[in-house]
Amino acid sequence: MGTYGKRGRHQLNQRMSFTASFAALLLLAANATLASEFQRTIRTAQRKVVKIYGAGGFRQLEAYQSGILISSEGHVLTAQSYVLDTDDLAVVLHDGSKWEAEYLASDPITELALLKLPVEGLRPPHFDLESARAQSALPGERVLAMSNLYGIATGDEPVSALQGVVTAVAPLRARRGAYQSNFRGNVYVLDAYSNNPGAAGGALVDWQGRLLGVLGKELRSEVTGTWLNYALPTAAIADAVAALREGRIVTSVTTLAPVEDAHSAEQLGILLVPDVVSRTPPYVDSVRRESSAAQAGIRNDDLIVFINGEPIESQKALHLTLERLEIADPVTISVLRSGELKDFSLSALDASFEEEASEAETPAEVEP
Amino acid sequence: MNRVTAYLAFAVVATISAPLATIAAPHDSVVQAEQARVEVMRRASATTVAIFDNSGEGGGSGVVISADGYALTNFHVTAPCGPAMKCGMSDGNVYDAVIVGIDPVGDVALIQLLGREDFPAAELGDSDAVEVGDWVFTAGNPFLLANDLQPSVAYGMISGTHRYQYPSGTLLEYADCLQTDAAINPGNSGGPLFAADGKLIGINGRGSFEKRGRVNVGVGYAISINQIKHFLGHLKSGRIVDHATLGATVSTTEDGLVKVDEILDDCDAYRRGLRYGDQLIQFAGRPITTANRLKNALGIFPRGWPVPLVYRRDGQNVQTVVRLTGVHDPTQLYDLVQQQPFKPPRPDKQPDPDEDETPQPKLPNFSQLLKKKPKLPTAVANRFEARRGYANYWYNIRQQELLWKNYPGREALSVAGKRWRIVGDAATIDIAPLKARIDQPNAVSVANFEGDLSSQLSPPGSGGLLMTLHLWQRLLEKGLRKYGEVYYLGQLPDRETASPVDCLIGVYAGMETCFQFDPDSGHLVGIVMLPRDGVDPCDLRLSDYREIAGQQLPGTWKVFHGDELFMHMNVEEWELTANAGDTN
Repeated sequence: MGTYGKRGRHQLNQRMSFTASFAALLLLAANATLASEFQRTIRTAQRKVVKIYGAGGFRQLEAYQSGILISSEGHVLTAQSYVLDTDDLAVVLHDGSKWEAEYLASDPITELALLKLPVEGLRPPHFDLESARAQSALPGERVLAMSNLYGIATGDEPVSALQGVVTAVAPLRARRGAYQSNFRGNVYVLDAYSNNPGAAGGALVDWQGRLLGVLGKELRSEVTGTWLNYALPTAAIADAVAALREGRIVTSVTTLAPVEDAHSAEQLGILLVPDVVSRTPPYVDSVRRESSAAQAGIRNDDLIVFINGEPIESQKALHLTLERLEIADPVTISVLRSGELKDFSLSALDASFEEEASEAETPAEVEP
Repeated sequence: MNRVTAYLAFAVVATISAPLATIAAPHDSVVQAEQARVEVMRRASATTVAIFDNSGEGGGSGVVISADGYALTNFHVTAPCGPAMKCGMSDGNVYDAVIVGIDPVGDVALIQLLGREDFPAAELGDSDAVEVGDWVFTAGNPFLLANDLQPSVAYGMISGTHRYQYPSGTLLEYADCLQTDAAINPGNSGGPLFAADGKLIGINGRGSFEKRGRVNVGVGYAISINQIKHFLGHLKSGRIVDHATLGATVSTTEDGLVKVDEILDDCDAYRRGLRYGDQLIQFAGRPITTANRLKNALGIFPRGWPVPLVYRRDGQNVQTVVRLTGVHDPTQLYDLVQQQPFKPPRPDKQPDPDEDETPQPKLPNFSQLLKKKPKLPTAVANRFEARRGYANYWYNIRQQELLWKNYPGREALSVAGKRWRIVGDAATIDIAPLKARIDQPNAVSVANFEGDLSSQLSPPGSGGLLMTLHLWQRLLEKGLRKYGEVYYLGQLPDRETASPVDCLIGVYAGMETCFQFDPDSGHLVGIVMLPRDGVDPCDLRLSDYREIAGQQLPGTWKVFHGDELFMHMNVEEWELTANAGDTN
């Protein structure tokens, strides 16, 4: 860092002279120190936001996004997205250092993912999500959104900082399909253009630099079609992130060996949406009539999030899990439907199928 | 200040929502801050210009920077206008304006508003002192809304400094720019970005949009005013001004070092010793830790600018000063400006979300426009002269003549004599029209100015001192129009003092000579003679002007060639003889 010494002094001098003229003009000499404190607060918060580079790079699918450091061991919280669908996931810290990130797990409801950087002993600056759990903001409070939107910053360049006001604390009303949100709790709605391409995973902080929330993925309003600017509040995500850190790791199912007579989605009567990327979410496209899935009450547009309590984050994970479950055993499938988690018990045995058939309450909807 | 602003916001909300009886008057400091801000914006608005092309179809914004009407805007705003545009100001008047100079790479244009000598002008700030978190505001003509000529003002914050935004091809590169969330919409192009104290810190010109359409999404970019300061003298020359390159490309290695991965062997950096594999440490005083940082540091200089460079080889740091090469050769840049399929920007047009990030305004074919001889307003026609390679040759002629008129040596030396004998402590020099001779303590050299001049670069190691003196005499004798090709370049920093000097370029017999004048005294302070491309010039520095032989003449001469000081001489006598006899 030796080469920075001169620059640092230079900046300090400039800041002092700038601050002086500013204060003289506004007759607010007493507040001059506050101005530089504000800039310092921003710089401190910027260092806890990282640049993430992964899959994408096609039209309108940017190959970058943002994330925040949440532990001194190198845990990075970011938005679950196609950008993470690669073995070659790079995370760049504020000092320009580039790290190969390990993908640990993701939470299907908040749609956040946890990465880990091998920073042994480095102790990077980070937000403390546990203490941030208690931070909240009311409509009218001034906030700062920090992210690498549009991938503007590279290397050791600081991420972008945008300012605005919390305009509402309210549930998301996002469009369906690609712009659907699984999260049904209240979010911070902002008047800053916080959620531009590449901003997902960035930080929402207050004017003291305290973490208020995490910028969510790009969503459009179901009402107006305009892009939503919002953040998931720390209180709403802290539990899920704690669970991710405690190691509900998706890959655990694959430690079992596949069994000969295993369950399959097809045999249960579940047809999933086309599997187009390596982590396609397991949305139910349709349910075969009179299948065990139909009998149990699974419907199209359900998002499968757990099987027997194991988080299922992709279609691949779903198939891997089912392959390892004996067909003779019943299987519990948990789905997310309109923001609610619903559990269904399915059994592939013919006998039970016939017994339950007569009791089926809701015939499955099958759409072409 | 921040807290006060926050209070201010709450105070406004409270006034609207609470019953009047229950609220106290806002704190004095809040009222004062608001009044100060209103006043700053009022003054800043008065300097802001709404630019319209002559068809009234397109336009943008600008800002006046001097009382005589010089105003800054974007190249992409003036490009569709041709030489003339209409400029509305908040005083309700529409002024004719004429193009002065353009910087197509930096997307900057200098225009001059006509008709007044007392235009309200913005004060230039220091964009290198700007920090993320500083409060700023934009003023301008978004969506060409300013039908009443009153600019729209938008408040916001600096989101990033020293940003790099890629050019399209080699034009419209935004290096070392400011990023703000203050609204920059189509039509704001060319308009001012002001610091909260009202000082001009940038020229707005670009935003990131992608799939978000063509309206502000909180990510706008302004060309830093410090970059423009480097170009201002050049822009006043009426030329099409080029940016600079090091002549080398760099890449960032795995271990985070910035190293030269390619270098041209005819560039100045190569002659100063830079080689493949060398690590860049500092450029123009900035630490170079990424390739982007070099692009930022490089992108703010015009061609020909001398820049200090520190590089490292074998664990040793080497310091040198590099004279930057042009990005384009001059004809190439002129052709590019003409070829750009620019058309008038239509900021009121519906945004097309499928288009690429940067709005690419279109430029009509300049030469076609000129062929059509559009009817220019008289005020503009009096200040416009078309010439290949220039945005407006009229300004170049004017600058040349100003320099020439203010040069005290013009009369002193040309009238007094064509034969000089200069006696100094390091040498005695005799210069006659066809011959020259220098006697140094251990050497005698001569030069003959008949026939092929390019071989007459004596004395050895000087780069051509006698030739340099000969060309000085030629300029004195022939003047601006008969010397050869002469043009005003703009201002470059003095090799020794770094203060700006006015540069007059004379091209004669394939030799490009830069005559450098002090802007205040008008004295000739340097002659940089480049006999041909790819070699080091002879750089003669003239200082310590005092009375010698009854004239104000330079008493101290220094001659540099490459990295070496060839000669340092104090002048003792200077004989001026009218008779053009021979030396012996």
